[in-house]
Amino acid sequence: MGEVIVITSGKGGVGKTTTTANIGTGLALAGQKVVLVDTDIGLRNLDVVMGLENRIVYDLVDVVEGFCRVKQALIKDKRYEGLYLLPAAQTRDKTSVNPQQMMKLCQELKEEYDYILVDCPAGIEQGFKNAIAGADRAIVITTPEVSAVRDADRIVGLLEANELRNPKLLINRMRIDMVKRGDMMSIDDIIDILAIGLIGVVPDDERIVVSTNRGEPVINDEKSGAGQAYRNIVRRIKGEEVPFMSFDNDQGFMIKLKKLLGLKAD
Amino acid sequence: MLFDLDKIFGKKKNSKDVAKDRLKLVLIHDRANVSPQFLEMIKSEIIKVISSYMDIDESALDIQLTKTKSDDGENFVPALYASIPIRNIKKSGK
Ligand SMILES: Nc1ncnc2c1ncn2[C@@H]1O[C@H](COP(=O)(O)OP(=O)(O)O)[C@@H](O)[C@H]1O
Ligand SMILES: [Mg+2]
Repeated sequence: MGEVIVITSGKGGVGKTTTTANIGTGLALAGQKVVLVDTDIGLRNLDVVMGLENRIVYDLVDVVEGFCRVKQALIKDKRYEGLYLLPAAQTRDKTSVNPQQMMKLCQELKEEYDYILVDCPAGIEQGFKNAIAGADRAIVITTPEVSAVRDADRIVGLLEANELRNPKLLINRMRIDMVKRGDMMSIDDIIDILAIGLIGVVPDDERIVVSTNRGEPVINDEKSGAGQAYRNIVRRIKGEEVPFMSFDNDQGFMIKLKKLLGLKAD
Repeated sequence: MLFDLDKIFGKKKNSKDVAKDRLKLVLIHDRANVSPQFLEMIKSEIIKVISSYMDIDESALDIQLTKTKSDDGENFVPALYASIPIRNIKKSGK
């Protein structure tokens, strides 16, 4: 029986789609059978981020309306064994799907796949309710900015109100240089405020833009800091204990201290 | 007399500390609004406590979450504001 993980944030543009694509690819590379579900109906993007936009025949709305079978709508990613995309409809709106339908769909997908990653639209309306309906776990994304953290806090509250306990935090677009000069909230600052567990920290990385241009997830880029961060997150999702990369002053200090004491740091 | 060096040299607070303070404040309001029962719960507890000392006008009791300048006059801190009209103070204090 597989697991459904919703990737959500409240605020738009913080990296939900990028994260869904990378974690999904990473899980597939780790030998898992994965379906990525784009629930951003009307504003689909996961297809282009994955480089699969030319292969769409049916979409999520076609499936829930019974116009085709799930299998027919899934696009198989030929580059990665076990990776599939269920694209969102582009010419419909969020009300074309309801939470009951999403729950049923997730249940069906769980029978056959190990991980179902649901890319959530921005906002807290119908699209959000659809995206979380069938989820077993949630990852909440924020950037180190006031507005994004505030929206993340609201999302955490709404997830818990919907029985999705223990959501995990992913901090995206972290800039260590800015943290060092006191112009960006650190990992500790954000965790302190949101009071939820951390699944990972992804640095701000221009290679993400390059990889999105090409439609190839950055997780395959050996030289990319964001790629490394996503590789670690994938291992944590699979239940491994992976130490966090150092990003802020305090942690940098701890790592130096550990090195001094001859303890192995990340 | 104490000198605040940061002030004399016009050094501003780190922008990340400003961000953190503002966030904390705004989240107190957001979180209180998420559960409408929150202030009602505080209200009924306050009435319970005060009533054993004073005779108060429960219907006119007003309680709000606001903000106020902190002691150093630099930052805002969240504040619980309560206006409780007293009808009569009980003699024995019980
Ligand atoms: N870590 C990062 N470094 C640099 N750019 C990023 C990073 N994460 C996301 N982006 C860029 O930010 C934009 C929004 O990302 P996206 O994943 O579409 O967000 P969302 O799905 O939450 O709206 C995209 O242009 C993406 O390339
Ligand atoms: Mg998106």
